[in-house]
Amino acid sequence: MALETAVIQNTLADQFGAKVSNFQQIHDILTFEVNTDDIKEVMGFLRDDKTMRFNFLTDLCGMHFPDAVPERQFGMVYHMHNWMDNVRIRIKCFMDGEKPEIDSVTGLFLSANWQERETYDFFGIIFKGHPQLKRILNMDEMVSFPMRKEFPLEDGGRTDKDDRFFGRTTDNC
Amino acid sequence: MSNSKIITDAPAPEGYSGEGFFATKLDSVVGMARANSLWPLPFATSCCGIEFMATMASHYDVARFGSERMSFSPRQADMLLVMGTIAKKMAPILRQVYEQMAEPRWVISVGACACSGGIFDTYSVLQGIDKIIPVDVYVPGCPPRPEQILDGIMRLQDLVRSESVRRRSSPEYTELLASYNIK
Repeated sequence: MALETAVIQNTLADQFGAKVSNFQQIHDILTFEVNTDDIKEVMGFLRDDKTMRFNFLTDLCGMHFPDAVPERQFGMVYHMHNWMDNVRIRIKCFMDGEKPEIDSVTGLFLSANWQERETYDFFGIIFKGHPQLKRILNMDEMVSFPMRKEFPLEDGGRTDKDDRFFGRTTDNC
Repeated sequence: MSNSKIITDAPAPEGYSGEGFFATKLDSVVGMARANSLWPLPFATSCCGIEFMATMASHYDVARFGSERMSFSPRQADMLLVMGTIAKKMAPILRQVYEQMAEPRWVISVGACACSGGIFDTYSVLQGIDKIIPVDVYVPGCPPRPEQILDGIMRLQDLVRSESVRRRSSPEYTELLASYNIK
């Protein structure tokens, strides 16, 4: 018997009450929000529960919404996969724009180790309890977090690269 | 660097020949020897590296230029070919490889990425290797065909052939290296 989304939603709502919210289907995947402080608890439950059995962390990644209200400027997305029933699930958390911090889930999934390092590298989100939170792809000397929206992708002071030669005009660059 | 004329079409150096002897400048002999045995050190990071593999293979055959032996040890190479995108994280390694090469050493920058960062005008990519090491020949293209790489090597041969043996100890050269903070 396949795992129905309604079952997942009801189980989570019964178990966690107000800690989980905003259930919706996005691209055929059940998506819901979790309070930042409870992510470890919810993910641990989804992994270990006998009916949920979300045994695999597919991916985790950061989000940045600079125009949102300050306490929802940063976000985390977790994708989990139940291999037995072939069901996927998406979890979102939102964090404060000033000090984005969230519990590390490396204790639940070892693969989260490098994924969280990558997210820290590009978004500057601090993962509390991560065994080795340092940059993984960018140079260690770098001070900025390049995937944040305010980070300019290109160096503005360049004179040797003319936008007109790159198929870009003032409208689209 | 020097005022010497760049020789581009000289099979044998200028000299004085007579009955059973040929006299010429040491510069020319050394230059000829160096130019016809440039040992490459391929520093290939991306697509241009694949083009260079084609250049090495039988059809284009870089061995015709005395570059049969690819050296992956900087100490036994004198032509550094940088091929591909050099990320800023890779820059110190590239610089270390250049510093470990013994004089005389030459650098060819192959392809748009190595020359100027290419299409990767972004925070993580070094915008041209000449920001960290001196470059002798730039090969344009994205990626350049093997013919272009060979042309770059031939241009470098012209430079090497006409380089004075004293050039490496000249104050200008010392100044050039000092501008890159290379001792």
